[in-house]
Amino acid sequence: MAPIVDIKSLTKSYAKGPPALNAVSLQIEKGEILALLGPNGAGKTTLISIICGIVTPSSGTVTVGGHDILTDYRAARSMIGLVPQEVMLEPFETVINTVTFTRGLFGKKPDPALIERILKSLSLWDKRNSKVMALSGGMKRRVLIAKALSHEPSVLFLDEPTAGVDVELRKDMWRVVDELRESGVTIILTTHYIEEAEAIADRIGVISGGQILLVEDKATLMSRLGAKEMEIELHDPIDALPESLAGYNLSRSDDGTTLSYVYDTQAGRTGITRLLQDLSAAGLVVRDVQTRQSSLEDIFVGLVKEKT
Amino acid sequence: MNMRAIWAIYRYEMARTLRTPTQSIISPVISTVLYFVVFGSAIGGRIESVEGVSYGAFIVPGLVMLSILTQSVSNASFGIYFPKFIGTVYELLSAPISFVEIVIGYVGAAATKALAIGVIILLTAGFFVDLQIAHPVWMVAFLVLTCISFALLGFIIGIVSGSFEQLQLVPLLVITPLVFLGGSFYSVSMLPEAWQAVTYFNPVLYLISGFRWSFYEVSDVSVMVSLIAILFFLAACLTVTWWIFKTGYKIKS
Ligand SMILES: Nc1ncnc2c1ncn2[C@@H]1O[C@H](COP(=O)(O)OP(=O)(O)OP(=O)(O)O)[C@@H](O)[C@H]1O
Ligand SMILES: [Mg+2]
Repeated sequence: MAPIVDIKSLTKSYAKGPPALNAVSLQIEKGEILALLGPNGAGKTTLISIICGIVTPSSGTVTVGGHDILTDYRAARSMIGLVPQEVMLEPFETVINTVTFTRGLFGKKPDPALIERILKSLSLWDKRNSKVMALSGGMKRRVLIAKALSHEPSVLFLDEPTAGVDVELRKDMWRVVDELRESGVTIILTTHYIEEAEAIADRIGVISGGQILLVEDKATLMSRLGAKEMEIELHDPIDALPESLAGYNLSRSDDGTTLSYVYDTQAGRTGITRLLQDLSAAGLVVRDVQTRQSSLEDIFVGLVKEKT
Repeated sequence: MNMRAIWAIYRYEMARTLRTPTQSIISPVISTVLYFVVFGSAIGGRIESVEGVSYGAFIVPGLVMLSILTQSVSNASFGIYFPKFIGTVYELLSAPISFVEIVIGYVGAAATKALAIGVIILLTAGFFVDLQIAHPVWMVAFLVLTCISFALLGFIIGIVSGSFEQLQLVPLLVITPLVFLGGSFYSVSMLPEAWQAVTYFNPVLYLISGFRWSFYEVSDVSVMVSLIAILFFLAACLTVTWWIFKTGYKIKS
């Protein structure tokens, strides 16, 4: 099936500074949840803003549902809902009016019942006649989400939807995202929180310095997390690994006091018992043992460092 | 055409006015009444009539013009500047609407408000002086064309402005002086000759003259010249708006 969002060598240079996006290509499948992870200034917002029509690309193409975002912008944008990173709302307007306004802008026929359902699902119904300025920060963020959902988009961009949001609301949002996915909405979200990507995404993309470093199924990525490392601290430093231990995947620290052993937790046998026996057979006295699991965060930090 | 979007913008903008009736409607009425008291009564007591029209009645078209020019410029400029300022312009940019539709929504709303205020002022003036309207069709035409043209100018100002200060600058430094010096409160023939020549460079003179003609059939320039002037101004504003659209100037990065 053709991807619902198809980004081809998209580049963006702002007036000043290095390119914010550098030949980014990315295909997003219908119905999936893609999380874009990346440090500050990676280009996440720029990427989303181009697709939504807020920023003009320098070169490259994007289609949404087969419609080019520049030449066929009406059809493309009709499909897209956007929850921006910053809370930008007219302070003097009421919640219900601002949400209804967005639906109108997208050319959809008024549907008070739908608006009511959306506001209820985001716990905003009681606040519908409050002015936006009287809401708390987390509530304003929900209003942004309500606006984006008001015109029933089939592709939803969430730019750091849970930044500055408490745990409860974050869980709430994950639930909303889940419901949307059930109804077939494709969701692209950016986040700095790896747990968030882990919790809700199907695929995870890592972006840094305007380039996509990796896009992978969450499952594949998680299996890489199966690798564990055991650090063995020795009583007395050694100059070289004894011959008898050559068969193990061992590395010696520069000062010779620690050995590290990488093994797969998913494997039937980890080989730890045998290693420990062979260590004492070789006359080495173990002082301490630690194990460490690499997290998505390690992979992420490693990738970003590699590139810079 | 995304008619629903135009309607949504139009209604949203109109709602803003109705939310702040003091600022939007009452204050222009009060200032008009003040002009009447000061100019109409104080000065009108000394000047019997201008070209056969009582002074109080003579200044009404000028007062209406003064209000609708400033109102259409400030409404439209604020209308589009405010979303830029608070960032909600993202919604306009990401919606399936064209620039033309955005312009129609904002300019339409601003022009409607200015028109409403113009009508309110005319009605208010009716309490003070005996108004006659010799050519109602012309009057409405001048009123509507002026509201639209200056709302477009306001829209342009709102897009170009980078701060609230710049937003105020044009209405304050350009529009108001031009209206005052454009024969709102006097006939150009009352000026010394050298000044008359200068006054003919003031575009607003042509608007006020034509508008006043539609009331009393007295004018500084021929009504056709006035009509051409306002159409020319409208065309100029449309051209600039078109250019902004083409280049995406100051709206998109
Ligand atoms: N309007 C702009 N004008 C000039 N440069 C910009 C503009 N917007 C973004 N940039 C630059 O483009 C780069 C990418 O910014 P972007 O906002 O896309 O990053 P991001 O990944 O969303 O970061 P964050 O996680 O902080 O939101 C940054 O170097 C930023 O300074
Ligand atoms: Mg961002």
